[in-house]
Amino acid sequence: MGTTSRKRIVVVGHGMVGHRFAQAAVERGLTETHDVVVFGEEPRAAYDRVGLTGWFGHADGAEGLSLLPGGEYDDPRVRLVVDSVVTEIDRAAQTVTVVSPPPGSRDVRQGALLDQQSQPGTVTIHDYDVLVLATGAAPFVPPVEGRGKDGCFVYRTIEDLEAIQAASLTATSGVVIGGGLLGLEAANALVQLGLDTHVVEMAPRLMPVQLDGAAGATLVRHIEKLGVKVHTGVLTEEIEGGEAVTGLRVRQAGTEEGAPTTVIETQVVVFSAGIRPRDALARECDLETAPRGGVLVDEQCRTADPHIFAIGECAAPGGTMYGLVAPGYAMAEVVVDALLDGPGTFTGADMSTKLKLLGVDVASFGDAFAATDGALELTYADAVSGVYKKLVVTEDGSRLLGGILVGDASAYGILRPMVSSGLALPDNPEQLILPASSGVSTGSTGGWGMPDEAQVCSCNDVTKAQIIHAVAEEGCETVADVKQCTRAGTTCGSCVPTVKNLVEEHFASLGKVVDKGLCEHFRLTRQELFDVVAVHGYRRFDDIVEAHGTGRGCDVCKPAIASILASQTSTHILERETVGLQDTNDKYLANIQRNGTYSVVPRIPGGEITPEKLIVIGEVARDYGLYTKITGGQRIDLFGARMEQLPQIWRRLVDAGFESGHAYGKSLRTVKSCVGSTWCRYGVQDSVGLAIALELRYRGLRSPHKLKGGVSGCARECAEARGKDFGVIATEKGWNLYVGGNGGANPAHARLLAGDLDTETLLSYLDRFLMYYVRTADRLQRTSTWIEHLEGGLERVREVVVDDALGLGAELEAEMARHVGGYADEWAETLADPAKLERFVTFVNAPDTPDPTIEFTTERDQIQPIAPALIPVGAPS
Amino acid sequence: MTAVSSPWISTWVEVCAVDSIPLEGGVAALVHGAAVAVFRTYDGTVYAIGNVDPFSGASVLSRGIVGSRGDAPVVSSPMYKQAFDLRTGQCLDDASVSVATYDVAIMDDHVRVGSAREVP
Ligand code: SRM
Ligand SMILES: Cc1cc2nc3c(=O)[nH]c(=O)nc-3n(C[C@H](O)[C@H](O)[C@H](O)COP(=O)(O)OP(=O)(O)OC[C@H]3O[C@@H](n4cnc5c(N)ncnc54)[C@H](O)[C@@H]3O)c2cc1C
Ligand code: SF4
Ligand code: FES
Repeated sequence: MGTTSRKRIVVVGHGMVGHRFAQAAVERGLTETHDVVVFGEEPRAAYDRVGLTGWFGHADGAEGLSLLPGGEYDDPRVRLVVDSVVTEIDRAAQTVTVVSPPPGSRDVRQGALLDQQSQPGTVTIHDYDVLVLATGAAPFVPPVEGRGKDGCFVYRTIEDLEAIQAASLTATSGVVIGGGLLGLEAANALVQLGLDTHVVEMAPRLMPVQLDGAAGATLVRHIEKLGVKVHTGVLTEEIEGGEAVTGLRVRQAGTEEGAPTTVIETQVVVFSAGIRPRDALARECDLETAPRGGVLVDEQCRTADPHIFAIGECAAPGGTMYGLVAPGYAMAEVVVDALLDGPGTFTGADMSTKLKLLGVDVASFGDAFAATDGALELTYADAVSGVYKKLVVTEDGSRLLGGILVGDASAYGILRPMVSSGLALPDNPEQLILPASSGVSTGSTGGWGMPDEAQVCSCNDVTKAQIIHAVAEEGCETVADVKQCTRAGTTCGSCVPTVKNLVEEHFASLGKVVDKGLCEHFRLTRQELFDVVAVHGYRRFDDIVEAHGTGRGCDVCKPAIASILASQTSTHILERETVGLQDTNDKYLANIQRNGTYSVVPRIPGGEITPEKLIVIGEVARDYGLYTKITGGQRIDLFGARMEQLPQIWRRLVDAGFESGHAYGKSLRTVKSCVGSTWCRYGVQDSVGLAIALELRYRGLRSPHKLKGGVSGCARECAEARGKDFGVIATEKGWNLYVGGNGGANPAHARLLAGDLDTETLLSYLDRFLMYYVRTADRLQRTSTWIEHLEGGLERVREVVVDDALGLGAELEAEMARHVGGYADEWAETLADPAKLERFVTFVNAPDTPDPTIEFTTERDQIQPIAPALIPVGAPS
Repeated sequence: MTAVSSPWISTWVEVCAVDSIPLEGGVAALVHGAAVAVFRTYDGTVYAIGNVDPFSGASVLSRGIVGSRGDAPVVSSPMYKQAFDLRTGQCLDDASVSVATYDVAIMDDHVRVGSAREVP
């Protein structure tokens, strides 16, 4: 050992909290001195367990939920090994034993329900300097007779979800045992699967931990309206059936054994009767656990062994385990802090919850049951609309202690921080829960009135002050910016309305209406303008600015309108009406370079090119003395052409069968390909063929920003398709379609929109996706930012594109068909029209005089511009 | 120069027909060896300013987008997008920068460009 002073941290479990630990270790610089290895038992990297139900039934459920898309940390000093179980800790030797079962060998149902009976796998031993247990919790399955039958499930992992989904195909009815928070989540899943759903709860009400009787009763009324049958105060005696479940036999709680029972017919049973910390590893190496489970740790989350920590649901700081993600995140941060010799401690957590359960708002916060001495309750109930609200206040009515909200939890955003900050209550505290019409408005999702230190996002521990700081000092302008910058709102999402209010109120307080207008000439957004143009059928900028704007336009609105007009008509962009609107590059169908010359980029679809064509490019470059370079987009760029040379150069290229590559336009650039199944021994589809087809289909499509695509022939992804606005990856069965990727300054990985598509479906989804983007995105918004800003995000895109929720599918496809049909090469058309060619002169009155400011030198055998003499000026603003 | 220059005097250079400058567009011309950008705004007024973009040194201002900022008719540089007031040559994004302006006359439907005006 010990040629290096770097230390090694082993993390057991890559769930939500283990992942947060690794993230924090990178962000706070712990990886400067420590290597981190994370072993995760599940077959994939951590995902958003909290959002499990929300993603039910969607094609990319697993992928879309991932907290670490791609499965690797950017920091190479953190290594994640999935599909590996830590089976033993040797504290004396400071090692762990890891068994890595071969992928795909786990029996999902059994693995989840019964003990982990892992297949014989590879056993390895790993040293640690620091061991962090983040093994989470396991669903508790009460010892009910028949619980091992086919059709019995728990609800915690993606595999559980998939198994339930598979079983639901042949089932008509499902029962959830447990009416707590998780049980209702599971019930929601069963409802979404179309099962006749029952919830069986032993306690006399739903969510007994969070709700009082009246709140629980209100919730039952809501849920029953959705067709869910709620059985409270009921015990499960037995699960009936042979090999497979046929029914659930129950009797009233409080009755004797042998009392009359009834049977609920069902084929699916989901146990949601609570969770148990997974603390076996700790117990087996003689670390103390709490009486009700959980590895006992101190305020720094350290066990009695100074080298071992426990965080998340497997831990019991001070003897209490916390079944929510926010306390787990806090523990992860505390341990990173401890390892950096920081002072952080975990001293308990806010167990407040706000959820939308089966579409019903439910919130419970602070001392919801008025356990504090002398606490008073104020309640408001409206049976008709199904609203129940309760505030728990101090004896003197001066401070809020807690509360419960059912049916309308909009006040949660303002109430919960009042509890944690101790803000004084108004004189008539009941106003806080009365409907807005009957008194002072609390600003519903509020926020502005709360103190700076009030915690707005409990999942990620973000205060109001931090959000205001992000907006006022760090340039965040939208909720999406704030999310990225502070993490607020990125977990359960319940604080997003408050964050939104804070952002808007901040700008309002500066007297600024959040102006989404394009520029000083138009108060409309690009999308609004798009619609205005479509509705009125405008074809000229003059008509648009006269009717809907002011002044004569600028370099922002003119190109935007040119692009909108191009999307709605198929006229050449250099027509007299529109040429003056085009961005510099579009105006000359080439990219301007620093010395006023241009670059020429012929289209090379999919990067495939014949030797003959390569020779033509070489000849043209040689004859015009152009600097030649292979681009990052699998084609060739010829630099240094004078404006007046462009038509001659293009004449040669067009004659040889080339066409414009649109390197200049906000339009489709390239569809990158890998060589695919034709040559590659791993390829499963013809990726080059598809890339070419896609590039030819969408070439010339004007869009809010440039568009790039990629097609890979197999999962090795050599075409980097997920780094593109649309990426296609071949599967054995067809194509997976990913959207919203880009490189550039803020790289984004494309996310799965739909999987295993045949080529025809792929094209129709892509047509819809691209047209939807062209129609609704803001100016200069790449697809990733557009999706991020879209209400509903990727899910919304999927609804529109895949589910055709707006019924727009056919229309979007027809628009694309018009584009495809109307496409013509811009350079060929330009060459054929003397009026358009007229503009390609440097000096109108001296057509034969070249621009004297353009000069070249030679470097590495090719030309290079000599920087023009700069007139000394201040830096461009 | 205090004397009023006259378009009849030979220092004026004929550049092109008015019509060959697109409305809200520009062309570049060679005037006594200097590159001059000549623009026609929406109301038909013709302006001439130096063609060299002071921020990049490239001779390209004639290729910029013509429009307005407030009341000012402007061209925005195609290189880094700063706006220049066509009437005064003043850069509206950096008070310390301006380009030369030139006298313009229209005779027989043709544009003539005169001498550079003195900066006030
Ligand atoms: C030529 C090329 C670099 C090279 O020598 O390889 C290039 C050159 C330029 N890129 Fe690029 N980009 C080139 C590939 C890329 C790539 C790589 C790729 O496509 O695989 C990327 C990252 C991928 C992506 O776009 O997501 C890339 C990200 C950018 C960005 C950042 C975009 C973003 O969303 O953040 C800009 C700036 C912009 O568009 O606003 C940009 C802008 C530019 C401009 C247009 C800047 C400008 O206005 O002058 C450059 C002029 C092109 C020219 O004169 O021909 N270029 N640029 C590549 C041309 C590819 C092609 O065949 O068309
Ligand atoms: C349907 C559902 C809805 C929920 N909703 C909410 C909500 O709205 N709000 C909220 O705050 N919380 C909610 N939760 C709870 C939340 O998901 C948990 O609090 C959180 O996931 C705990 O994180 P963790 O990392 O401690 O445990 P986990 O996320 O369970 O991660 C532990 C990981 O460790 C792995 N592991 C265990 N033992 C080993 C071993 N020996 N070797 C290797 N790997 C091992 C496990 O396989 C697992 O992947 C919900 C949970 C579910 C199931
Ligand atoms: S992505 Fe797959 S098919 Fe394409 S080149 Fe790479 S390994 Fe071959
Ligand atoms: S409170 Fe859960 S994301 Fe903010």
